[in-house]
Parts: sequence; structure tokens; C-alpha cells
Amino acid sequence: MIPAAFDYYRPKDMGDVVALLQEHGDDARVMAGGHSLIPMMKLRMAEIAHLIDLQDVAGLGGISVESGQITLGAMVTQHEIIDSDALRAAAPILHEAALQIADPQVRYMGTVGGNVANGDPGNDMPGLMQCLDATFTLVGPDGKREVAARGFYHAAYMTDRDDSEVLTSVSFAAPKGGYAYEKQKRKIGDYATAAAAVQIEKSGGVCASASIAMTNLSDTPIWSETAGAALVGTKVDDAAIAAAIAAMQADIEPVEDNRGPAAFKRHAAATVLTRAIRRAWDRA
Amino acid sequence: MPKKMHIELTVNGQSHEFLAEPRELLIHTLRERLNLTGPHIGCETSHCGACTVIVNGKSVKSCTMFVAQANGADLTTIEGLGTPDVPHVLQTAFREHHGLQCGFCTPGMITRASKLLEENPNPTEEEIRFGMAGNLCRCTGYQNIVKSILAAASELNAAKEAAE
Ligand SMILES: Cc1cc2nc3c(=O)[nH]c(=O)nc-3n(C[C@H](O)[C@H](O)[C@H](O)COP(=O)(O)OP(=O)(O)OC[C@H]3O[C@@H](n4cnc5c(N)ncnc54)[C@H](O)[C@@H]3O)c2cc1C
Ligand code: FES
Ligand code: FES
Repeated sequence: MIPAAFDYYRPKDMGDVVALLQEHGDDARVMAGGHSLIPMMKLRMAEIAHLIDLQDVAGLGGISVESGQITLGAMVTQHEIIDSDALRAAAPILHEAALQIADPQVRYMGTVGGNVANGDPGNDMPGLMQCLDATFTLVGPDGKREVAARGFYHAAYMTDRDDSEVLTSVSFAAPKGGYAYEKQKRKIGDYATAAAAVQIEKSGGVCASASIAMTNLSDTPIWSETAGAALVGTKVDDAAIAAAIAAMQADIEPVEDNRGPAAFKRHAAATVLTRAIRRAWDRA
Repeated sequence: MPKKMHIELTVNGQSHEFLAEPRELLIHTLRERLNLTGPHIGCETSHCGACTVIVNGKSVKSCTMFVAQANGADLTTIEGLGTPDVPHVLQTAFREHHGLQCGFCTPGMITRASKLLEENPNPTEEEIRFGMAGNLCRCTGYQNIVKSILAAASELNAAKEAAE
């Protein structure tokens, strides 16, 4: 499994990265940890003439947790997310989710930027970032812009990012209340058959707000606004959970693949979401 | 035709310089160029962990890294952990506790386990199973691999205490 030949670049400066992307257009691609890209290149599903390794580019690392605002540099790895006590205290759902991604070796290499920029519906971070209402910062030839995670995904591998842009960071307000990331997979290290990210706030014994996002059940992650709304104002009892599940089912569009037929995926989606809502509510 | 690159690697304390195409996979560099055949190719698809080596302090599946990415890095392979005369504590523990049968997965298992014990010197059985989840074994059923790593951990901890 030898990939097609390429020219390799390891710039230190974001300006040089953008210049290379502009010069080579479609023939160039950035690489972060390479753990989605290299498997595709080995299968020759991706042939990239100019490969730009981001590992030495300044300013893409670091986790910052400051006055309720969290920012992750694009090159922060899943291992670093799990390892950060400050992040775990401020946004424990990230810790819970990152532990369910891939396996230890992959987590040393896989980055948050690569995971959210990739556009693979199987990736776990995009749905998670939609649940948290995160913002992605992109840098391109025209400078910097910010895009909401909830508006970033158009179709499988089609995102709002232009080919000449680099995703530099992910930021969001520290979530409040209870949380859960629940994932059904065939084996450890597998992508989700279905996964649910839930954040719930409780006030006076009723649900004050709820955010729900689903993974690998459509060609994009699905933030189900109506599923969250179905819980608000309730005591999150069985009837409210059933209403949230029904609302979520109306938003997803699973298709049959090697993880099972669509009906099975709907069953798995209902199961993971029920568990996630219950756990998040208990923690709220 | 893309140019070859000048590559520098330190592997098991020894430095190497050579020209290689950037697309060369690190596992091929190690096995075919440097004759370090400890790291194995099991799946070639980033799943089995037989190719695990340590790159700048991280456990990495070397079938999923280009030699160009590793340029300048410090690497450790199973050959750098111990020798037949002076085996690593993990190597002895795997032998004593029957932590291998055919042995194909063993170099990756031990290289990964060495990093796991460095990060968590006192792992529970559950932490070992979770920390070793990137390494597949088709023979042992994992039971004796976990036992071997637990034994190596207590051995290392006892040695540390004795030294203090
Ligand atoms: C065995 C295995 C199991 C896995 N299991 C899971 C899983 O359960 N859940 C999961 O979510 N993922 C899983 N992954 C994927 C893994 O988490 C990837 O590492 C991650 O999806 C991509 O991160 P990366 O840094 O490796 O990106 P790369 O592979 O380097 O890049 C992926 C794509 O994103 C683009 N890109 C990367 N960084 C940027 C950036 N900063 N700006 C713009 N574009 C960028 C690249 O051009 C490329 O197209 C698994 C991978 C393997 C090999
Ligand atoms: S050969 Fe690298 S993970 Fe299997
Ligand atoms: S001992 Fe045979 S694969 Fe592990």
C-alpha cells in the first residue's frame, strides 16, 4: 500500500502555508496528524501532488481555558485533550468523547483540527462541536474568518472551508450543566454506528436548556434543535425523552452500509440518545 | 518525478542520514532500509499496532507515518528496549507469563506497553486493557499479555523503591 508520489513541505509560518495552497490549488493539501489522510492516500482514494505538513507551523497548538472561554489550537491532539486537567474541569464532555475516539496510538497523532476539517460523517468531534455551539477560525488569502460549527458541514467531505483556507482553532464557551457523549461502535477503535452528544441545564427541577447533536447518522453531523427543545421545560421524564427521540429521528437520514441497515441505525440512534440524555440529566 | 529528500533520524540512539522519497512509510524505512525487523507489518491499515514504535515520546503506528514526517525525530523500536542478553523488564515478563504465542504482535505490544508504563507506572487491569487497545493479538486472548504487563509494572516499581 504505497501512496502516489508527492512533494513534501514543512513550513513554519502560516503565510507560507496559505501561499502554497494558493499556488497549487486543488493539487495541494495540508496534513495534521495524517491519521485520516494517510490511510486515504495509501488506498489511493486521495492523490495529492503537494503535501503540506502542519507540524512545525507556529501558533496552531495549545489549549486555553480563560474566563469561561475555551480555545483549542487546530494541532491539539486527542491525547492532549484527554491529558488536560483544566480542559476536563471546564468541558468534561470533551474528555468523555476523546476517550471514545480511535485507540491510544491514533490519539497521539489525530488532531482536533483534522477531525473537524476532514468532513467525514464518522468523525466524532464535528457533532460534539455542534452540541457545544463552537466556532471555527479559518485563515486564508483574504485573512481570517469565523464560521459556526452548526453551519460548517454541507455534505460528506464538503465543508464551508475553501481549499485555500486553513482551520487554525476551535473555540466555545465553557458548557454548563450536565453532559454525556454516548457512542455505539462495533469494536474499540471503530467509528460510530451512532453517537450522541448532549448538554443539559437544570433549573428548579426542570430542564432549562438542552443541546443535542448526532454523529454518523447522515452525511453531516446533525444538531437537532427540535430534539433539544422537546426537553426544555420538562422534568426529562420518559415522555419528554420519547418526544426528543422522535424529534431527532425526523432530523437524521441514516443509510445502509457495513454498520447495518438504516432501521438498525435508527434503533441505535434512539438507544444512544436515551442513554446520553439520562446520564446528562443525572449530572445536571 | 518528485525529488528525494535528505532525511535524518535517530533510532535507538544511533543517527542515520539518507535520501528517501517523502512517501516512504516509516515502517518500510525501519525494516528495509535500517534492517530493524522488530516492528512488524500486520494489517497495513492502521488497526493492528504490530508496527508500533516510539516517535518523539509518542506511541505511533509506523505504517501510518511518512518518513518525511519523522524527519529529525528521535525513535525507539523494540530493538532499542532490550537485547537477548539484557532484556527489558517487559520482555522478561512476557516470557515468564506466557504473554506471547506466535510472537507476531509482541514487538508492538511491548513497545506500546513500555510507553504506557512510563505514563502510568501503576495501571489497573482495566487501564492496561484500555491503554493497549491499539494492539491486536490473534493468539493469546490478551489474558496473559495483561498479566505480563502487570508483572512488569510491579517489578519496575519494586526496583524503583529499592533504589530510593
Ligand atoms: C484506526 C483508526 C480509528 C479511528 N477512529 C476514529 C473514531 O472513532 N472517531 C473519530 O472521530 N476519528 C477516528 N479516526 C480518525 C482520527 O481521529 C483522525 O486522526 C482525525 O479524524 C483526523 O485528524 P488528523 O490530525 O489525523 O488529520 P489529517 O489526517 O492530517 O487530515 C484530515 C483531513 O483534514 C484536513 N486538515 C487537517 N488539518 C487541517 C487544518 N488545520 N485546516 C484545514 N484542513 C485540515 C486534511 O487536509 C485532510 O483532508 C480514526 C483513525 C484511525 C486510523
Ligand atoms: S501494520 Fe500498522 S497498524 Fe497494522
Ligand atoms: S502472540 Fe500471536 S498474534 Fe499475539
